[in-house]
Amino acid sequence: MALKDITLGQYFPGNTILHRMDPRTKILLTVLYIVALFLSKQVVSYVVVIAVLAAAVAISKVGLKAIVGGMRPVLIIVILTGILNLFYTPGEGDPLVQVWVLKIYPEGIWSAIFMILRIILLITCTFLLTYTTSPILLTDGLENLLGFLKKVRVPVHELAMMMSIALRFIPTLIEETDKIMSAQKARGADFESGNLIQKARALVPLLVPLFISAFRRADELAVAMECRCYHGGEGRTRLRQLRYRGIDYAALALGVALVAVVVVLRKFGL
Amino acid sequence: MEPIIQTEHLSHIYSTGTPFERAALTDVDFTAYRGEYLGVIGHTGSGKSTLIQHLNGLLKPTSGVVRFEGQDIWETKERTRQTRFQVGLVFQYPEYQLFEETVYKDISFGPKNMGLDEGEVDRRVREAAHFVGLRDEQLEKSPFELSGGQKRRVAIAGVIAMEPKVLVLDEPTAGLDPVGVEQILGNIRDYHDAHDATIILVSHSMEEVARTVDRLVVVNDGTIPFAGPPREVFRHGEELERMGLGVPQMTRVFHRLRSMGLDIDPSVYTIEQARQAVLDYLAKKGAE
Repeated sequence: MALKDITLGQYFPGNTILHRMDPRTKILLTVLYIVALFLSKQVVSYVVVIAVLAAAVAISKVGLKAIVGGMRPVLIIVILTGILNLFYTPGEGDPLVQVWVLKIYPEGIWSAIFMILRIILLITCTFLLTYTTSPILLTDGLENLLGFLKKVRVPVHELAMMMSIALRFIPTLIEETDKIMSAQKARGADFESGNLIQKARALVPLLVPLFISAFRRADELAVAMECRCYHGGEGRTRLRQLRYRGIDYAALALGVALVAVVVVLRKFGL
Repeated sequence: MEPIIQTEHLSHIYSTGTPFERAALTDVDFTAYRGEYLGVIGHTGSGKSTLIQHLNGLLKPTSGVVRFEGQDIWETKERTRQTRFQVGLVFQYPEYQLFEETVYKDISFGPKNMGLDEGEVDRRVREAAHFVGLRDEQLEKSPFELSGGQKRRVAIAGVIAMEPKVLVLDEPTAGLDPVGVEQILGNIRDYHDAHDATIILVSHSMEEVARTVDRLVVVNDGTIPFAGPPREVFRHGEELERMGLGVPQMTRVFHRLRSMGLDIDPSVYTIEQARQAVLDYLAKKGAE
């Protein structure tokens, strides 16, 4: 069935160094990498950041296929950015090509290449984060990293809890949607044919039961949580403690080193 | 007897071509005859739900053919759609599919999709409601105001209102109290008798199936190991136990008696049959 085949959360289970790393390390590394990426200006620094990411992808064993596949939805944005940069980057000297008002300068070509590379690298590195970290660990890591915001009364724990509950229930709701769709199809509902308005109307028999069941589940879950004395994040301990290990410190050091290298290269205009 | 639904070499594989590939049915030849009351039994994950979703074209076979009244239901799109009206399928916990403002509107959803005129829709809704024991004033209520058992009966009425020739019910009594169970089974029996309809009752409870059906199909691991009248199927007591299904308590007692060395018929499953078997045994013993 089509609905069951949707992959969500994109997590690819595995047991590589990247999978075992603390989620906080991976989030911080992603941030550091993005900083390095945006500091890169010329060929040499780009070669460095590409090499680093290629190594990380190789270690993760996620496979290029998954990454390229995930890139498909943003392809149009990438191409559009490239084209705009190609034509709208003014340069010194004569344009290489001129068609009507559109001029292409050598600077434009470089700028387009760099911009496309930048977007692709940005997406790949965030993909790598979500491909190697389960959604639950990811929210745990985020909650922990953003913990300092609790001092200014941002309900970090509550937000993280909501996020993990939402993630937890996505597969359940998909299954439920599938079941209700089948049940209504058995009564002759038609979700495929007709114009836009007819299609929208055909969704009513699906959405009403789906919402009702979502509210019912939410209600039951709230009662179940209260029965077990859940009262928010105050003084709550964890089953799975996040702990930095040697590998995490090493990885973070490498991340910082990457940024430093790019900064130095930038100084030399490379 | 004339077959009404048949599957030939039916196989179904979920998520083909992914790491999650899983065969739910393998080379299944299943037949339901016109007008019979058939029980389909198997434990959770045996493939029984997958099987019944093929009978009205909700799932497409990975390989094999499904025939309704002799014709392949996947031949044309229109035939598939028409089969859905002829083979009514009531899912597990059908009350979760209710969506309309009133009970009346919800029951009329199926008949309206069939494109019937208003008078016919009205007749069918009232008749279906009558079958499941809903009162006229309840028809104007919101289905969400009703009790669990009533909601379930509304949902079943929604399928009965299409007046299908075959009515398939997946665990229609799950989670109901004993009174609710009897009511629902009674409603189904009434529909069977009044329309001479074929009923396919899916269950994992041997007790429930044993006392209602004419014929029994056992599904295990995506195949059909046994099919036949309950008495015949219950002869395979040990194999059924091994499949995690068990036999009715009455049958188990008689199997035990037999293994204790008594020459007694072990295939009984009702009190009446048990009485007869005991009398037969005593008569035989007296004669010796």
